[in-house]
Amino acid sequence: MMMKERDLLLEEPQTEEAEEPLHEVRVATTPVYYPPEFRWTNDQERCARCKRCIHQCGWKALRWEGRVVADDSKCVGCHRCEAFCPERCITILPNPQAFKEHGLWSVGHRRNLWKQAETGGVLLAGMGNDLPYQVLWDHLVLDACQVTNPSIDPAREPMELRTHLGRKPEAVEVRQNGDGFELVTALEPGIELSTPIVFAAMSYGSISLPAQKSIAMAACELGTLWNTGEGGLHDEVRPFANRAIVQCASGRFGVDVDYLNSGAGVEIKIGQGAKPGIGGHLPGEKVSQDVSETRMIPVGSDALSPAPQHDIYSIEDLRQLIFAIKEATNYEKPVSVKIAAVHNVAAIASGMVRAGADILYLDGFRGGTGAAPTTIRDHFGIPIEIAIAVVDQRLRDEGIRNQASIIAAGGIRSSADVAKAITLGADAVAIGTAALMALGCTLCQKCYTGRCSWGITTQDPQLTRRLDPNVGAQRLVNLVKAWSEELEEMLGALGVNSIESLRGSRERLRGIQLDRTTLEVLGVKPAGVGA
Amino acid sequence: METFRQTRRSHTRYDRGARNISGCGLAGMMSLSGERTDGRLIREAIGLLHDRSNGLGGGFAGYGIYPEWPDHFALHMMYYSLEAQEDAEKALRHNCEVAREEKIPTRPIPTIVDPPLLWRYFVRPKGDLLVERQAPSEDDFILDLVMTINRSVEGAYVFSSGKNMGTFKGVGFAEDIGEFYRVEEYQAHIWVAHGRFPTNTPGWWAGAHPFTLLDWSVVHNGEISSYGINKRYLEQFGYCCSMRTDTEVMAYLLDLLVRRHKLPVPIACRVLAAPFWRDIQQMEEPERRLHKTLRQVYAGALVNGPFAIVFAHKEGMVGLNDRIKLRPLVAARKDDLLLLASEEAAIRTMCPNPDVVWAPRGGEPVIGTLGSMEVEGEPKRRLEEASA
Ligand code: SF4
Ligand code: SF4
Ligand code: SF4
Repeated sequence: MMMKERDLLLEEPQTEEAEEPLHEVRVATTPVYYPPEFRWTNDQERCARCKRCIHQCGWKALRWEGRVVADDSKCVGCHRCEAFCPERCITILPNPQAFKEHGLWSVGHRRNLWKQAETGGVLLAGMGNDLPYQVLWDHLVLDACQVTNPSIDPAREPMELRTHLGRKPEAVEVRQNGDGFELVTALEPGIELSTPIVFAAMSYGSISLPAQKSIAMAACELGTLWNTGEGGLHDEVRPFANRAIVQCASGRFGVDVDYLNSGAGVEIKIGQGAKPGIGGHLPGEKVSQDVSETRMIPVGSDALSPAPQHDIYSIEDLRQLIFAIKEATNYEKPVSVKIAAVHNVAAIASGMVRAGADILYLDGFRGGTGAAPTTIRDHFGIPIEIAIAVVDQRLRDEGIRNQASIIAAGGIRSSADVAKAITLGADAVAIGTAALMALGCTLCQKCYTGRCSWGITTQDPQLTRRLDPNVGAQRLVNLVKAWSEELEEMLGALGVNSIESLRGSRERLRGIQLDRTTLEVLGVKPAGVGA
Repeated sequence: METFRQTRRSHTRYDRGARNISGCGLAGMMSLSGERTDGRLIREAIGLLHDRSNGLGGGFAGYGIYPEWPDHFALHMMYYSLEAQEDAEKALRHNCEVAREEKIPTRPIPTIVDPPLLWRYFVRPKGDLLVERQAPSEDDFILDLVMTINRSVEGAYVFSSGKNMGTFKGVGFAEDIGEFYRVEEYQAHIWVAHGRFPTNTPGWWAGAHPFTLLDWSVVHNGEISSYGINKRYLEQFGYCCSMRTDTEVMAYLLDLLVRRHKLPVPIACRVLAAPFWRDIQQMEEPERRLHKTLRQVYAGALVNGPFAIVFAHKEGMVGLNDRIKLRPLVAARKDDLLLLASEEAAIRTMCPNPDVVWAPRGGEPVIGTLGSMEVEGEPKRRLEEASA
């Protein structure tokens, strides 16, 4: 089974690789003070000398010298070579090179410092904040039914995950009409989801077209949403636009009235959890003909998304843009506003709802990215768990919770995290990193190099064609289906048969090893305290 | 004085902010034509369901019991101390014209121990205060007062606040509570009764059922698994769940949906026990749109988990099960009588030969309306027979 899947992912004929030299010998002009992060080894006895590993490596860390030789300094530990080695004889180890231990100066700090001393540049990173901050999900546990209320067997009883995103009125007006009843209230346009899991915004440009197409196809099959990110809508994914949120970010790439009207909803991107407060940068090398057409910018030009939206310097400005978009879409599409979770997120969220946002997309500090300055990625923003809790509570306190749905993102790793996010108060969650991992990503965090061996965060056709959208979509569908089934199991154990009975029901959560203030902020009781 | 101190102690012991979880027996009888009967039959019926309760709570509500006070709110109060009575009465007199006040008549029986002081008042809001506070209605004014007393007057509870109706409840087996309150001396066209089996905390007087709010009374068997979100949903509308019972949530939801949002009772039932999406999908328009809208807007009011409830108001009585019927509820008709109970045996105590007995399906309400001989939810076949 494993082999079969790997073969499906692998498209290139194996003969190609010998023709072009896939390696360059590193000539160090100044001595490099820091050792490589990984040590690449293979079992020479088992090695079939097929050279497949050399070909698979997007970073060209391997070369052929009668046997496979590695330049450890180029290996990012993405495990592509290992996964595709027919003999499975490759082992990638953390470099055991020992430095004198220091309680303050971790090896990571030292490595970064040396790197900067060498290059004089800003450190870049991909994916999300990887520092060992406390993960609140792992300090929250769910309730289950025993004796006084029965659990429900999802195999026998219907379990409902259906979720509706968008603004809702506070009350419904129903008139008696002869024998029947007549609905007077009309709902504003919303989006129906079969499961409260959507795909996070990932633009074509930051990810490859096959990766985006995989996600788009999966969203359509699942009856959930994908998100164009700030990259416009490529013709190849246009057929899946009815299940897309089309994003309008600070660079306005690819935005025109057709684009705004082509999706299920529109999203104004203010910020992103991986890099709160800063914009985006797609290097010119990644702006191919195709990307240029989709983004509506010249080939080879850097695609710079400014840090702020230059027409939004205040909440009134946001309101204007929201309504400009609603006008452009004839009030037929819900408008989402995406922000990074920051300290004052509750008040900001309240302002966003009052400015007309129908969906609040909150992105926690673990959220991923194609590229971000490491220092921003690792030290800005707050955990999504906290953001959900304070935003949901604030909107309730102000009596406006019904006016917008909350999508929570940034660090959702499993169906348990999904359940906890919803129990804290989210309507749905978005998965970005998790989705890419379903496509093969191993979290090497080198997306910003554009060399992703898995064909995900690269525009190099040699690499992108390894990803078959049909296979990719299937893997994503599998993942979301599995999580949804687990959600149903969890609902059953909790004795409810509909996701809305869990949404915001913090009474069903308990905190473990959390201090009193954190518990208060989360609105959750400590374990051991009963109903 | 000694008794007060004792009861006060027991009151605080039970009142630790914990939510009461309970299993129960319930019964209801209604004369659709409005004919009144005394409380003996309902007491017998709930007595038969003795094993469904554990002596930690029982109670009754009767509609039409104070015909001489049709326009006054009958406030039934529990006091755990004389100071509590003083404070609460001060609040009452400040806000209302009190037309009559008296001890609720009881008879001492050995099984009912340490009752709080039980008083009732027939009141109307002071006209000038109504205007001053811009209360939308007398009902809202009284509701506000009830909430304030229950929340902030330590040791005082308003446990009944409707017009021409009253609740009688306390700690003990329901039949003993009925005896204690002398329910046989009241005549009502609707009676509901409840025997309680609290599991996690000993019962306390105010926590017994029926739970009432203005004209609404609810008796409830079940545990609301969605309590957490229902409570937070209600808080948005200013309801404060101070009694810590699931049933309180039920009563507030009904108040919100029917009184404040003006939803017809059958629609409110569809909110509490919403049809499944797959069933909504099968519906014809415009019914489908109605139910889709209700579920989206009232997601926080969906009551999930096992329940059987009987609720009554001045216009009628309703029985409702959760959507997959995890608790028993049986209904019956005989002439103008509508009967509801946890078990058929209890129904047959009230009415030995009913015309029809049925088990309502999960989420499908049984609705009796005063003055109408048609009961929603009654099996069609029997109606046809009746009209033939
Ligand atoms: S494929 Fe990945 S793990 Fe293998 S050598 Fe290249 S960078 Fe290292
Ligand atoms: S893929 Fe494996 S077997 Fe083939 S050359 Fe590389 S290490 Fe050897
Ligand atoms: S997407 Fe590719 S480059 Fe980025 S972390 Fe995953 S495997 Fe590495």
